[in-house]
This record gives sequence, structure tokens and C-alpha cells, in this order.
Amino acid sequence: MLSIRNLHASVAGKPILRGINLEVKKGEVHAIMGPNGSGKSTLANVLAGRESYEVTQGEVFYRNSNLFALSTEERACEGIFLAFQYPVEIPGVSNIYLLKAAVNARRKHQGMSEMSAVDFLKMVREKIKLVEMKEEFLHRAVNEGFSGGEKKRNEILQMAVIEPTLAVLDETDSGLDIDALKIVANGVNSLRNEDRAFIVITHYQRLLDYIVPDFVHVLAEGKVVKSGGKELALELEKQGYKWIEKEPAAELRV
Amino acid sequence: MSTSTQDLNKLVSREYKEGFVTDIEADTLPPGLSEDVVRAISAKKAEPEFMLDWRLAAYRNWLTMQDPKWAHVHYPPIDFQAISYFSAPKTDGPKSLDEVDPKLLETYEKLGIPLQEQKALAGVAVDAVFDSVSVKTTFRETLADAGVIFCSISDALQQHPDLVRQYLGSVVPPGDNYYAALNSAVFSDGSFVYIPKGVRCPMELSTYFRINAMNTGQFERTLIIADEDSYVSYLEGCTAPMRDENQLHAAVVELVAMENAEIKYSTVQNWYPGDEQGRGGIYNFVTKRGACRGPSSKISWTQVETGSAITWKYPSVLLEGDRSVGEFYSVALTRHMQQADTGTKMIHIGKDTRSTIISKGISAGHGQNVYRGLVKVLKSAHNARNYSQCDSLLLGDRCGAHTFPYMEIKNPAAQVEHEATTSKISEDQLFYCMQRGLSEENAISMIVNGFCKDVFKKLPMEFAVEAQKLLDVSLEGAVG
Repeated sequence: MLSIRNLHASVAGKPILRGINLEVKKGEVHAIMGPNGSGKSTLANVLAGRESYEVTQGEVFYRNSNLFALSTEERACEGIFLAFQYPVEIPGVSNIYLLKAAVNARRKHQGMSEMSAVDFLKMVREKIKLVEMKEEFLHRAVNEGFSGGEKKRNEILQMAVIEPTLAVLDETDSGLDIDALKIVANGVNSLRNEDRAFIVITHYQRLLDYIVPDFVHVLAEGKVVKSGGKELALELEKQGYKWIEKEPAAELRV
Repeated sequence: MSTSTQDLNKLVSREYKEGFVTDIEADTLPPGLSEDVVRAISAKKAEPEFMLDWRLAAYRNWLTMQDPKWAHVHYPPIDFQAISYFSAPKTDGPKSLDEVDPKLLETYEKLGIPLQEQKALAGVAVDAVFDSVSVKTTFRETLADAGVIFCSISDALQQHPDLVRQYLGSVVPPGDNYYAALNSAVFSDGSFVYIPKGVRCPMELSTYFRINAMNTGQFERTLIIADEDSYVSYLEGCTAPMRDENQLHAAVVELVAMENAEIKYSTVQNWYPGDEQGRGGIYNFVTKRGACRGPSSKISWTQVETGSAITWKYPSVLLEGDRSVGEFYSVALTRHMQQADTGTKMIHIGKDTRSTIISKGISAGHGQNVYRGLVKVLKSAHNARNYSQCDSLLLGDRCGAHTFPYMEIKNPAAQVEHEATTSKISEDQLFYCMQRGLSEENAISMIVNGFCKDVFKKLPMEFAVEAQKLLDVSLEGAVG
């Protein structure tokens, strides 16, 4: 589904990604871990098409076509979803309005007609249970005055409603208490299926107790320095990132 | 997929779709202003003599006055002798729809304002003003059954001269300001509304102003009286053809609310704003004021201002009656070279009077947006309360937003609050929306509509949708 080949990217002229290689097949959950500044969030933003991130070298293929030929919104409509590390507030725009605009943008892209208000509401009411949010949440302005936990749950709600093909979760666990963490993980797990892939970016092993990955990759200084199964995360937890950084930055592939 | 500041400025260049001209034979006075012109206008309308005297007094007063210079707007001096003060489609005062020139019906149809009652928006009565005259008022009979008078002010002068005489100029005196004086001398038409005691007007009332003729000024006069315990909701819309010359629109609107009456006045103003270089467009110099004359009365102004090269207007409320309420909700959008200096005055005179001001200014392109407001609490106004909120949103880096709130408080028991914010649409917000699949234009439109929500929700339903659409088309290419 996603094939990242020798990806280099800079932010404000400063190289951050220095040759990432990664293959993600449908149905798989990949965890990406690594110390601060290793390029985890940069990778997420590059995949989503954020303008200030400049790709300097390498290729990314998404469903066999060149990802970089697609605009930000085209990538979204083609099924790439980014759960933001810092979800943005949009005053005066209700959650449900944004959700509906997102769903209909994607349907339009696929040549489908807009969803009827009744069907949409029915669908959203079902999905909101997944993240244990009250219905009144839908009528509040997007992320405005939300607590950290509410913002992250809102990201998962959006993901559940949009039903992406590839979901990238950028440190969705940061700032969550254990109850919120469980709700978020539960939401993600219920969306796992054989057609959908996840890239879960996290700092801590803790999240991976609840979202059990198929593969774990460790990023350091803009490269994947180690890849393995879920046990790699446990190893990291025990030994810390220092253990990885001592190893030579090898070109490892899954 | 660019979201940078330069690209924001691309979004503001859509065409003005109301910019067509209707080719119709007109009865137009030659350009120029003199006592004879004032007499000619009055004679054309066969007005009662008191009206001519009133006009002449206003004209003589105007001659002694100066064009105001305090607004934050820039334009070359206006040559008042180059303007024609009266232009009317050539017909002999059609009374039924069959007698209205089909070209006029077509014009309003094109503007989305059908004048055939069966085609009209359900529950909305329309007075259509074309250049200097009212061409048709719909649902007059339906309204008359409820005792409501809704007609052109020319008709009102013929049929209800005493009512007009009693109230005209009672809120905005003829010598109030330069443009109000000019209007008082040469006003040609406008709408008149009287809601009798205890009547809740069964329909939305609406006036649609259209400037068509070249080198012509539009000077309309609207007078609305809501008698005790009555209610009326009134809306005005305005458009004009695209021309390279500037055209002057100097209107006066007066509202009178008696005891326990409520007037809700909404404006969707979409005069031709001029082109990208600032050529052409309407000078919209308007005086709007309401008097809450009786206790517990209420006047509420809602305006969505997207058109005009220059806008200069301050819909105000005189809170005379005890416990009376004044409200002002405004969205003003300026793009290209547009300039808007708008706001309100809330004058607290009676006890326990309350006022609310919510102003949302959006600037794009080289647009300059000014909020100018006055909250005045007189000594007599015990326990007066005011809340003002002025928010500005900037799109791009070549536009400007300015806020001038004035307060004059003479009673120590007054509570006056003022909040103001200025923000830009952030790259983070755009990226967030676009990551959810929205195009940049849709993202901007959604964010701007969110910004304006507090005002839009005050508009009558049908018009809230219109206003949102208008904002969308105005913003098309407004960024970038």
C-alpha cells in the first residue's frame, strides 16, 4: 500500500529525514518509535503533504502511484488520514459540520453524491459511541475549549467517520491519562481490518500494550535504524534509545 | 495546494455576477444640483407642499455643510454637479404586475427576486426599487388585511401623508450630517412601513435596491414605524452594474419603535465593489438610526456588508424608553481596494437600557476595514449595560483592520464591556481542514463562516443562507 524509498526531507532548509525506507502492506499496523527530533512527526507531515516540509530526495508510492503528485486534499480524499499531535481549534465551526464536509469531499472525489443528512447523522451517532463521547460534542466548535484528551478522542472520531485507507497517528497518546489512552486504543483497534493500514507514531511503549503492532521501527537521526516485531518495543522500554543509538545506522528493511 | 500568504491573495478575484445593465428607456434628469432640481423631483412625485418645503430647507442647510473627513477612507472629491439626481424607467406608474415592463421583471428574476407573488419566496413581501423609483411592492393586499402598511415612500406621501409628516426626520433630522442633508433634499424613493398596535407582521418585509442608470446617484429613504406591542422583521438587499465610474448611494433609514415593539432590520449589501485596481464601485454613504421611543422596545440591526468601493455607515440606536434594547450585529468584508468604515452608536438615555454590539471584520487583498463605534451613557440612564465585541480577521498581508471604540459614560452605575481580537487564518487551520479533504477555498470559506457565525445566526433563515453564499463568492479567489 505504501512504499517509502530513500526519503529525504528538510524543514526550513534543515535536513530532518535522511533516507527513510519503509514498506506498509494493507492490514498491517506499524509502530514508529524514536527519540525526540528523530524525524517521526516530520515523516507524518510529509506523508500528509504539509507545505513547509520539503522533500529533497527519494520516492513514496501510495497504492502504486506517486504520492508527491497529489495535493494535500487529494491525498486525504484518496484515504490518507493524519491524526494530529496538536489538533487545531476552528472557532464557530461545529464538529459535525467539519465531519460532514470531510465525508462529502471524499464522496465527491469518488464521484458519489453527498450523503443525506439523515444517513450522515445516523452514521455519526454510531461512531461517536466508539470514542465514548456525548452527542453534544458534535455541536461544539472544532476542538475549541476541548481538553487534551477530548482533542485526541476527537481525532479518533474523525478517523472513524472518514474511514481512511491509511491512518497515520502522530503521538496520539501524548498527554493522555490511562483511561483516555484505553478509549483511543479501543477506537483504533475497532477500525483495524484487513484492508486498512496504520502507522502509529509514539514515544512510549505504553500505547503499544493496547494497540499491538505487527512491526516496530526505530527512527534515529532521520533514518530507520532498527526494525522488528512487537517485542522490539519492549526491548526499547527496557534499554532506552541509547541502546539503539549505539548501533551502526544500518539500512534495515522489513 | 499552496497555503502561503501570497496564495491567500489569489482567492479574491471572482466576477461580480450582478454586474449586468438593463437596457430600458429612462426618464432621467440632467446632471446637476440646484433648488430647481429639488423642485423638479418633488413635482415629478406630485408631493404635498410640506414635503417640498422640507426638501428645500434641507438643501439650503446642505449648502452650508462640509463633506465629513473623519472617516478612515480615501477618495477624490465628489462632483455633485456631475450626478443625475433622478432616473426612472419610463412607465406611467404601473400598479398591477401586467403593467410592469417585462425587462424590469426579468432584471429582478435574474437577481433572484421574482416579483410575481406565486413565484416569490414564501413569507417574504418585496418592494423593488429601481434607480430612483419603486417599481413594484408585492403582497400589499395580504399585508393590508393585517393592517400593515408596506409601500413605497412616494405612495405613502400620497396615501398616508400625516403619518409620514409625523415621523419623517424625527430620528435623523434633515441637518444631521452632510449626506443625510443631501438625501433629505433629493431623496427619490424608498420603503415605508407602518405596523399598527398589537400586530405581529405576518411576513418578512424586504426592499431590493438596484442602481441601473449611469452617472446617477441613488438616494432612498426608508421609514419604519412599529406601534405599541408590534413586531416586524425587515430586510434590504442591494446590487448595481459594473461600471468604471464611481456612483453615489446616500440613503437614510429611520426606525421608530414604540412601547414594547420590536424591529429587526437586516441588510445584505452587495453593491458593485469596483475591480481589482479599485476602478468603479459604489460609494455607500448611509445614515441609519433607530429610536427605541417607548419603554421595553427593541431595535436590532444586522448587516452583512460585502460590496461597495467605500462604505461609511453606522446603524445606531437611541435608547430613549426605559428597559429598551439595542443590538448591532455586523459582518463587513473588504477585498481588492475596498474600504469600509462601519460600526454603530448606542445612545443610552432611559433607565435599565441594554445594548449589544458584535462586529466581525474580514479584510483580504488590499481591503481596509474599520470598526468605529460609540457607546454613550447619559446621566439619566441608570443601570445601563453594554457589551461590545469586535473581531477582525486578516487574509493575506496587504490588508488592514482598525478598531476605534469610543465610550462616553456619564452615569456611574453603567456597566460597559469591550472585547477586541485580531487574527489571521493560520496555516495550521488550513492544513488541518485540507488534510480532512477540503479544498483550500472550501477550507477558507468554512473558517470565515465560522468566524461570522454569531452574526449569521441573527439573520432570518433564508437570508442567512444567502449571506453565506455571498461570502463564499466574495471570497472566491480572495486569497491567493
